[in-house]
Amino acid sequence: MTATLEAPRTAAPPVNPPGRNPAGTLLTILAWVVGVLFVLPVLWMALTSLHSEENAATNPPSLFAPLTLEGYANFFGAQTGTSPWPALLNSLTASVLSTALVLVLAIPAAYALSIRPVRKWTDVLFFFLSTKMLPVVAGLLPVYLIAQSIGMLDNIWMLIILYTSMNLPIAVWMMRSFLAEVPVEVLEAASIDGCSLTRTLRTVVVPMVLPGIAATSLICFIFSWNELLFARVLTATVAQTAPVFLTGFVTSQGLFLATVCAASVVVSLPVLIAGFAAQDKLVQGLSLGAIK
Amino acid sequence: MSTALEPRTSPTQQPPGEGAALRRAGDWARRAPLLPALIFLIIVTQLPFVGTLVISFMNWNAYYPDEVGFAGLDNYRRVLTDVTTRDSIITTIVLTVSVVLVSLVLGLVIALLLDRAFRGRGIVRTMMITPFLVVPVAAALVWKHALYNPEYGLFNGVLTWIFGENAPQPDWISTMPLTAVVASLVWQWTPFMMLILLAGLQSKPLDVIEAAKIDGCSSWQIFRHMTLPHLRQYLELGALLGSIYIVQNFDAVFTITSGGLGTANLPYTIYQIFYNAHDFGRASAAGVVVVIGTIIIATFALRTVSSLFREEGAR
Repeated sequence: MTATLEAPRTAAPPVNPPGRNPAGTLLTILAWVVGVLFVLPVLWMALTSLHSEENAATNPPSLFAPLTLEGYANFFGAQTGTSPWPALLNSLTASVLSTALVLVLAIPAAYALSIRPVRKWTDVLFFFLSTKMLPVVAGLLPVYLIAQSIGMLDNIWMLIILYTSMNLPIAVWMMRSFLAEVPVEVLEAASIDGCSLTRTLRTVVVPMVLPGIAATSLICFIFSWNELLFARVLTATVAQTAPVFLTGFVTSQGLFLATVCAASVVVSLPVLIAGFAAQDKLVQGLSLGAIK
Repeated sequence: MSTALEPRTSPTQQPPGEGAALRRAGDWARRAPLLPALIFLIIVTQLPFVGTLVISFMNWNAYYPDEVGFAGLDNYRRVLTDVTTRDSIITTIVLTVSVVLVSLVLGLVIALLLDRAFRGRGIVRTMMITPFLVVPVAAALVWKHALYNPEYGLFNGVLTWIFGENAPQPDWISTMPLTAVVASLVWQWTPFMMLILLAGLQSKPLDVIEAAKIDGCSSWQIFRHMTLPHLRQYLELGALLGSIYIVQNFDAVFTITSGGLGTANLPYTIYQIFYNAHDFGRASAAGVVVVIGTIIIATFALRTVSSLFREEGAR
């Protein structure tokens, strides 16, 4: 416990150099053990995906079985001929386009809530947040009925619109906290030089908060990519996304452990990449910008 | 309050005495960038809920299209008296509370472990957040088939390793279905709690703690009387945001147990009533019940966020 509280956070020389004090060593080992335990299911998923089906389903597990790409080949339709590519492309379309739409709507809104704030801007900000707290399932039925009546069932655009509304509050909150860090002087200079709003946004503000925009996009991308309930209800064969494909994939083909693991790796890969890229801003996004 | 909470443009920028008309025009110029997002959000998120509210008072089953009509509070009476929905309300509460509490406690312990300099700290932190970055459906599939499976899942495989031939080989999902769902969700949500609490730990006032240490306070005293109170609002934030996300959980229940064995929570039950039974009226009434429950949690959540928000502004 001592070491926990004494831990220096700056580059200052550590009070307890790692490895010299037995309690500290113990805590270090414990931290590593916990970390390994948490990542273990993911490693197991990756290892199993590289085994043949026979070696994947043994008890006790065969750790050192020869590696093969059979599971991946099966996932991509080597045996059944059902390719996951349409579903993966649908997911990509829905995630990328909805993220783009979110940015187009959220950046000006965040500007109006931080740099040139409207009156009662905190109320507006909290209204955005409160919509995020409305359970998705509560609006599901009317959304379904509307989609049905305007012929938008099994249409990827329906998901794009819904994902945009799902991520807009997060993006507004995140972008607001990034924009609040832009120094006033810069904006004043732009306004003295006679920049219009759109020009100020495009040439001055956006370049300064580019890292923030990147982090916001990655988090919106992750949430859209992961979404299952809307996609499950509103899409069928044409517009189904990768998570929907995954759920149907298992029931229709019985159990192929290596294939299931390969499928999970492939579908999770974009999220893992986006998440590690946004690692430092992840907590800010997940707490809706409440924590820096 | 510093710049963050004050209007960024100084009042002198707009010369006084230019008339109310100009000021009103200025107001609209300020609002213009906000409106597209606001209108979009109201149309897509608020209007459907009004629809749900209306349908919840209607007798509407897609299988009996001729019998659509006004039902009064009938759907609500059915939702609250029906055993399935009542059970799913209880399941939702048990599921949410246990996942949030366990992952919060684990997250706190791990955040404390990571809040000190040691070799490979960055690597451990990265390993810790990995579970959160597995697509929820994929995570549920892997837990169900690669870990829980009684014949060749990793858990029973490890038992065979340790205890040899006669190792117990429980069927995890059928003997403890709700615990199985909770464990997989705790695995995914502990990183979330850990990240929030670690951010809290790293923002604690070091000088005060230094002073307390010089005054001879023990580590436990410092933790109990300084770190924990400082962490309180971060614990609240984690608990409330976690509750909001987990109350809505659908993926894990749908994938691991398909809502069977008493694990059907409200989102899953509503999905069932609507998707399979096509009882639109009852599904909507259940939806309204979820919203009321969420509003209660959300009121607290909003208060916590706004107190953090004010603090940030005051900094």
